[in-house]
Amino acid sequence: MRQYILRRLLQMIPILIGTSILIFMIFNLAPGDFVSGGGGHRTAAMEAQIRHAKHLDEPEIIQYARWASQAIRGNLGDSFNYNKPVVTVINTYIWNSFILALSAFIVSLLIAIPMGVVSAVKQHSFTDSAFNLIALVGISVPTFFISLLFIKWFAVDLKLFPISGMTEAGSTTTGLARVVEVAYHMFLPFLVLTISQLAYTMKFVKASMLEVIKQDYIRTARAKGLKEKVVIYKHALRNAMIPVITLIGLSIPMLFTGAMITEKIFSWPGIGYITYTAVFVRDYPLLMGDTMLVAVLTLIGNLMADVSYALVDPRIRLK
Amino acid sequence: MESNIDINKKENKEKILSPGRIFWNKLKKNRTSKIGFFILLFMVLFTVVGPFLSPYKSDTMDYTSAYYGPCLQHLFGTDSLGRDIFTRMMYAGRISLSVGIFSVVVEVIVGGSIGIIAGFYGGVVDSILMRLVDIFLCIPVLPILITGGVIMSDLKISPSLRPIYLMFMIGLLSWAGLCRLVRGQILSIRGLEYMQATEALGLSDRRRMFKHMLPNVVHAIIVQSTLDVGGAIITESVLSFLGMGVVPPTPSWGQMIDVVSDMYNMQHYPWLWIIPGVFILLTVVSINLFGDGLREALDPKLTR
Repeated sequence: MRQYILRRLLQMIPILIGTSILIFMIFNLAPGDFVSGGGGHRTAAMEAQIRHAKHLDEPEIIQYARWASQAIRGNLGDSFNYNKPVVTVINTYIWNSFILALSAFIVSLLIAIPMGVVSAVKQHSFTDSAFNLIALVGISVPTFFISLLFIKWFAVDLKLFPISGMTEAGSTTTGLARVVEVAYHMFLPFLVLTISQLAYTMKFVKASMLEVIKQDYIRTARAKGLKEKVVIYKHALRNAMIPVITLIGLSIPMLFTGAMITEKIFSWPGIGYITYTAVFVRDYPLLMGDTMLVAVLTLIGNLMADVSYALVDPRIRLK
Repeated sequence: MESNIDINKKENKEKILSPGRIFWNKLKKNRTSKIGFFILLFMVLFTVVGPFLSPYKSDTMDYTSAYYGPCLQHLFGTDSLGRDIFTRMMYAGRISLSVGIFSVVVEVIVGGSIGIIAGFYGGVVDSILMRLVDIFLCIPVLPILITGGVIMSDLKISPSLRPIYLMFMIGLLSWAGLCRLVRGQILSIRGLEYMQATEALGLSDRRRMFKHMLPNVVHAIIVQSTLDVGGAIITESVLSFLGMGVVPPTPSWGQMIDVVSDMYNMQHYPWLWIIPGVFILLTVVSINLFGDGLREALDPKLTR
């Protein structure tokens, strides 16, 4: 197992190098840079000076080498837009993404697991069809469209929830009042994320449960004369939950880097939101930092999914 | 004696069913996939044939009839310039559907051929190509697409050409999943006897790959690419909604939803953006229904 993990970690190195080159190329292909995109009244000489200070006048290869050699040491450079180290900026905003995504993830799991199980146990029943319809719509609807609908219904028409942001403008609340205020602002984006994740998780749980129910040991359990409840909830459910564990690993990138569109629409100050704004002000160090973060977390999440699967299920051997 | 022959005939008839026939029979029996198919058919007819039947044009403006709610004259109302939303939905749908379909065509061509090559040659070729797939699977697509949209705006690419660039951008960023799927399928048939036979016959690599292997993985490609069209339509609508995809005067469903950037429009003229949203939803739902039906019909293991 240790050897397996070590090999997987080593495999990540070329992938990450390739990813960083690709991302650097794409972001640097764009004509114009932070200086020209900034607007304002700068003379050509001033622009040249800023470019020189930010090393934007050097050839791309040198720029990449400079960035990569620093990135290995954990220094992702300075964000142009925030004038702070990228690591600091990410660290400031990542937790906003995390609380939003984590709460949606937990709640969607809590709802989706029972839904998936019932749907599988009572396959082709009315409940199953209803749940399938919910999942189908949840998967098919663009998140930005539900976000807009919720804003219209709950924030604009009914005025139940705020339209955007994480706190009131200029809010100075602390302690419990702060928690309540953030939770109040979080509700709509939380609802959107929960709905979209719920659909995927439910389909996943249902498929996994259906797979288990077909197996011989379930038939044996029934033949022994066990009650159907015991068969389903004690024997089948346990094994059906194994693939669901991998979901946790696979959700890691999403938990930390947030949902870009949802955060943008609700102006939720998370990683997705700052990545979105970084594109427009040409803040390449920040963009590079964010995208590399997603890449690293995706790879680690995949690895954790595989490892946790093997830890829980003795039938799986990692090679 | 006669009855025996009859039975034989009957048995033969059942046996003669070709795989294609079985597929059709299964697909026809699947009620939900039929619903999906008919919604899709409606969408295609609506966008392709619809404009010829409409009394309005995509950009017929009439300032005297701006912001009409849905009524008999304008089924879906009119926008700020008095353009008929019903007609605009048809033209917008042409763009949304074609971007969705053709970006998947790009995806299938790139992902399919790389997957076949990787699976067929194996070894070093396979591991290099698979690392490339890993790279494309772990980069976040949306920031790159938005950057692409900014680049397009900077280069002042004309609005009528942007959908074409979009097809390529979306296709070239989303081939990796399909590629991995195709490669896996190829690996599973590479060692089969009939493939050994093609080798013994001395057929060229290209012929073995595209004449003998491709037809055996094509069902997986069809299912996956059908489902991917829905994803591509959503991606296009997100980008256009953000103003980074299709830009005016070219309409697309996502681009029409962009009117909500003005809060007043969102609150008081909901038909302007809810209708395109519902059309996107309906299209993607029907694609998912139809795609699932295809999967069930094509999967020999799923017989119920």
